[in-house]
Amino acid sequence: MLSVCGLTKNFAQQLVFSGFDLEVKPNLIAVLLGPSGCGKSTFFDVLTGVVRADGGNIRWQGQEVGHLGGIAAYMHQKDLLLPWFSLVENSLLPARTAAEDLKAARSRVDTLFDRLGLGGYQDHYPHQVSGGMRQRCALVRTLMFDRDLVLLDEPLSALDSITRKSLQSLLLLLQSEFQRTLVMITHDVDEALLLADDLYLLSVCPMRIVERVRLGTDKPRRFDDPELLAMKNSIMKKLEADGDHVQG
Amino acid sequence: MSRANFFAVVLLALLLGLWETGCWIFEVPVFILPPPSSILSTAVIKAPLILPHALTTGFEIVCGIGLALTVAIPLATGMFAWSWLEKALSPFLVASQAIPVFALAPLLVVWLGYGVASKILMASIIIFFPITVSLLEGFKGCDREFRVLFRLMGAGFWQTMRLLYWPWALPHFFSGLRVGVTVATIGAVIGEWVGAQRGLGYLMIQANARLKVDLVFAAILWLSVMGLLLWFGVGWLEKRSTRYKELRFQEKL
Repeated sequence: MLSVCGLTKNFAQQLVFSGFDLEVKPNLIAVLLGPSGCGKSTFFDVLTGVVRADGGNIRWQGQEVGHLGGIAAYMHQKDLLLPWFSLVENSLLPARTAAEDLKAARSRVDTLFDRLGLGGYQDHYPHQVSGGMRQRCALVRTLMFDRDLVLLDEPLSALDSITRKSLQSLLLLLQSEFQRTLVMITHDVDEALLLADDLYLLSVCPMRIVERVRLGTDKPRRFDDPELLAMKNSIMKKLEADGDHVQG
Repeated sequence: MSRANFFAVVLLALLLGLWETGCWIFEVPVFILPPPSSILSTAVIKAPLILPHALTTGFEIVCGIGLALTVAIPLATGMFAWSWLEKALSPFLVASQAIPVFALAPLLVVWLGYGVASKILMASIIIFFPITVSLLEGFKGCDREFRVLFRLMGAGFWQTMRLLYWPWALPHFFSGLRVGVTVATIGAVIGEWVGAQRGLGYLMIQANARLKVDLVFAAILWLSVMGLLLWFGVGWLEKRSTRYKELRFQEKL
């Protein structure tokens, strides 16, 4: 379980967030949804250790940790495959940096490649395969981190609808089949609603949680589901109301 | 042959033909402007005389590049690793570019003598800056998401350097080196003009004084060929080490 307690960050005397609390239950998808500039990227940077928090702590499995480097895996809407490495070399990167036994890791990669329909493409380079295959290879790499927690940085926004759909199903696979806990940060209401179990609406300046929405577990969800559309409307209203409040 | 290649060859033939016939029609004396045919024959016939000088100059250029690289690569890496080092050094680097380096040539000869050392230093001083800057820019150009990925993998700086930053910066590094090798030739020759006992620059000065203009041109021809060889050599190295690059661009189209 990931818990964030009293996290505080200032930038040039401007309070980004203060006393920010968050608790993420295992094997769920927690989504932090807020407008651009609400401080969620800074929050993400604190989580990954790019910037240091001014106060508060991050706990993983009850232990206090400085940041999630070495604890969480990472996925992005870009597949982030290095073009100078083959698919299998890209998938082995987490094992290499962790100085694991590469032979054992290689056989795990091969199993995952077969499972995800990449069998036989081990020695291909990223530019030689389709976008969907690159996504799946990125998923293999994420799994090779061998970590229960996965951080997602706006994984679906700005993707075309076909790519979005395939990545959406891969992320759900990550949760359901591989039992990962996913923490996702986004400004995109649609992608939040497609994936979230727990949805946190964020306010601007300072960033705090205005509302926690629990969504059903029936997935994959569809855009044209009337319930989802109704929920989208109410969330949009809340976000807009919060924006007005800030401006007023 | 592609249309572009064909056009280039025709243009070259046209220019050389004009030069040749011009010299012949206007009866230009050979000590003013020799025709291309006599330059080529001098370059070939006098090869035993030119070759040792060319080897000296080539040695100076290659050593100059080597010296520049041994300073530039650790420096760029250090400046990337520690931003305070970059902040501290960049004013010096920029200021060093304000000095007209060619003006240093006589001083270098005074300090290091008429041998190859002053020419090697001259060549390396000139190309050191573009290589350092292009490599540093290459390191810095690495996308944020990739850094986050490596950070979360728990990779240390040097491991990230080897697996991510260095291959990422290679294309930038090579574009800097490509500029560098052609300029290094100029550096070595200027060093030789100022004071030397061997080398193509020395040969040119000697031949010029004796109005052996065909030999001057022959030396220039040899220099150009050497410069081209270096340029293509770097291009070949670049292609070998960044083979993925062209395909990445294809994908973007």
